[in-house]
Amino acid sequence: MAAQKAITALQEGPWSDKKLAAGYLLKNGDPALLPQLEELRSNTNRRVRRLLKPVINLLKNKAGLASPDRETRRAAARDLGARGTPEALPVLKEALSHEKEHWVRYDLEEAIHLLNLDSHDPQVKFTAIRKLGDMRSSAALPVLQDLTTQQANNLEQQTLKDEAEKARRRIQKWQDVTQGVEMLLQGLSLGSILLLMALGLAIVFGLMGVINMAHGEMMMIGAYATFVVQETFRMYLGEHLFDYYFFFALPCAFVVAAVIGWVLEGTLIRFLYGRPLETLLATWGVGLVLIQTARLIFGDLTAVQAPSWLRGGAQIVVGVQLPYNRLFIILLALFSVAGIYLLLFRTGIGLRVRAVLQNRDMSACLGIPTRKLDAYTFAFGSGLAGLAGSALTMVGNVDPELGRNYIVDSFMVVVAGGVGKLAGTITAAFGIGTLNKLLEPGFGAVYGKVIILVLIILFLQVRPSGLFALKGRHLDS
Amino acid sequence: MTPESSFTSRLASAAAHTGAGPAFWIAGAILFAGVPLLNSLPDDSFFHVSDFTLNLLGKFFAFAILALGIDLIWGYTGVLSLGHGVFFGLGAYAMGMHLMLGIGTEGVYGNALPDFMVWNQVEELPWFWKPFYSLTFSLAAIVLVPMAAAATFGYVVFRSRIRGVYFSIITQALALVAWLVFNRNETNLGGTNGLTDFKHIQGFSLNEPSTQLVMYMVTILFLGLAYVLCRWITQSRTGRVLIAIRDCEQRVFFSGYSPASYKLFVFVVSAGLAGLAGALYVPQVGIITPNQIGVLPSIEMVIWVAVGGRGTLSGAIIGAAGVNFMRSTLTNHFPELWPFFLGGLFIAVVMFFPKGIVGLLRKASGMIPSRKPNSERA
Repeated sequence: MAAQKAITALQEGPWSDKKLAAGYLLKNGDPALLPQLEELRSNTNRRVRRLLKPVINLLKNKAGLASPDRETRRAAARDLGARGTPEALPVLKEALSHEKEHWVRYDLEEAIHLLNLDSHDPQVKFTAIRKLGDMRSSAALPVLQDLTTQQANNLEQQTLKDEAEKARRRIQKWQDVTQGVEMLLQGLSLGSILLLMALGLAIVFGLMGVINMAHGEMMMIGAYATFVVQETFRMYLGEHLFDYYFFFALPCAFVVAAVIGWVLEGTLIRFLYGRPLETLLATWGVGLVLIQTARLIFGDLTAVQAPSWLRGGAQIVVGVQLPYNRLFIILLALFSVAGIYLLLFRTGIGLRVRAVLQNRDMSACLGIPTRKLDAYTFAFGSGLAGLAGSALTMVGNVDPELGRNYIVDSFMVVVAGGVGKLAGTITAAFGIGTLNKLLEPGFGAVYGKVIILVLIILFLQVRPSGLFALKGRHLDS
Repeated sequence: MTPESSFTSRLASAAAHTGAGPAFWIAGAILFAGVPLLNSLPDDSFFHVSDFTLNLLGKFFAFAILALGIDLIWGYTGVLSLGHGVFFGLGAYAMGMHLMLGIGTEGVYGNALPDFMVWNQVEELPWFWKPFYSLTFSLAAIVLVPMAAAATFGYVVFRSRIRGVYFSIITQALALVAWLVFNRNETNLGGTNGLTDFKHIQGFSLNEPSTQLVMYMVTILFLGLAYVLCRWITQSRTGRVLIAIRDCEQRVFFSGYSPASYKLFVFVVSAGLAGLAGALYVPQVGIITPNQIGVLPSIEMVIWVAVGGRGTLSGAIIGAAGVNFMRSTLTNHFPELWPFFLGGLFIAVVMFFPKGIVGLLRKASGMIPSRKPNSERA
């Protein structure tokens, strides 16, 4: 009952007893005491509160380290590394001794070395610096920065300073690399969205000579379909089923967008085949109507909650976390591309689509129902945009003008990639997506876009019909 | 004869015998003298045109100048530019910068710098603002800056034989990029809020109805000049080549013409007209923001021409004035219906009346033989 005695001392003992009690609790405290300490803190004066703060901090993290949840353990370890006192060392070492998860171990070790940096033993300090450098610890960077700016008065301090400088450089270098990787990942996920959009645009344009400016609104419809499915799940099904709504929302977004696309094709687009400029204007009008309809139904901004299994991320190496939602978007795009390849090159319908793409009149003569095929293709392209919209809800909010933000970029992908070849669209989508994100830190998002436009225009000087053009002898193609 | 005087004399003769028929002079007289006359009637008169209406008309007819330019490149040459908002914006910002500097120390902060710069803690006037103290420079910049921009952009794009929808898409990207850049604070163009709070133009207060009346008349005058210029271009040999490019570019190419040069010429002229329109718009409306020059307004401008009737100059004017009239009426009374109406207009004009209002009128009066049959080939 020594702990209870310490608490009593903290409550009513003289100042020297209080200090002793706090010191005792730092060494031997138990998280079970937390409620009592919290209560004590709220009923006492500032001086005692200051005394209690490290105790409570340590005990809380001690509780965190014992948690079954990996992320909680990691957060506790990181917190101790950043704010802990040397008394936390035995706690961390204890936790390290029976920890099995790799990244929790990493965080624990990092915390230990960070605390050792304050050590008075130069040997310990030296090892800590070296280890932190080995670990590419990003948390250590500011501390090491401080160490390198300190005045060195003797050889020992100079050695420490040099070692800190060495470690700082290693970490810095590593951070540059990981930042690049992170940008690349964001770029790939942006590219995936652009790809899903541009595939539909490019196929429809190649097949029917139709520029669908309402394609972005198909994406918006997919996003809202996801939102509606989510709300339905929330209202009618239990919390335990909520996480699975996304499996239902994805096909739903595809189908809803495809049906609306199909209706649009049947009522409007079919009268405008081969007149791209006219379709451009008419579909822009359709887009305006769809946006305003969505605004009247859903209001201005709605947020979709990602299912829990898409939150968080997988850590690959130090400093690089693969967020599950972006990973999911990339996989979805790859999966769709594979599907389209199979559809186009392994099925009868695909064969017919390719035939119409090459020569519409000849295909019609051979009995291919070109009009029906057009309608299916258009619906399919719209469905892909719906998928893109559904995926987009994982990384951002949903608003009626969602599609407008992507339509220009998607068309740039089509222009740069060339019409009629999937490879061109894929390369251009990932190229423009990653370039967008790579230019962002250096130039800002706006000037990054300016640079991309200039690059595309310059690129078209060399290859007027895009990356991979259909080879032909037409002057127009 | 200097080239310039030859140009003006040819313009005059063009006005005399190409386009300017009696309808032109009658409509011109009504707009230039008649409307101001109605404005001077007593307030309670039935025919009184209020200052507000006059100002609105001035804005519409500034847009009509822009529409003439778009008609020249789209209606006649068949090149659909979705980036004319940019050229409109360049002219408007040039004028806006001049007016902004004219405010002097009368701004909220009493600083010689424009208010937004004080707000953004800019210490010194940026270099590209300085020449805009001069009226002559500003007036030149109004048309020359958009024309230079169009010439650079057009040269690169037309040279690589980007055409059709590719051109439209690239110009739309241009509009998007321009909108983004104009929105930035560090470009020192007023950011999202744009340029506003103008006080006077050449010493005349912009709040005075008489100044606005003069602005209106200047607008009509320039509209007339722009009409004559466009008429002259479309009736000349060049105009015939333009129409030929619209109808079959390859054939023109194989006949030994360079379609790219013709397109570039027309693109530059229409950019100049757009800049002029922007400059006339700013003093009458009193504000220019990036939202008036982005992707959305740029494509809307195209629909004015489509509604009026592409390929006819009167159509461009009727369309610009008509659609904007509908816009100000509808957005006043049913703001949430306007997007439906505008969207419907896009669809309807493509599906049901591709030749616009002028086409409908011609059809309606189809029995009456026109003065010049086949002068407007579809």
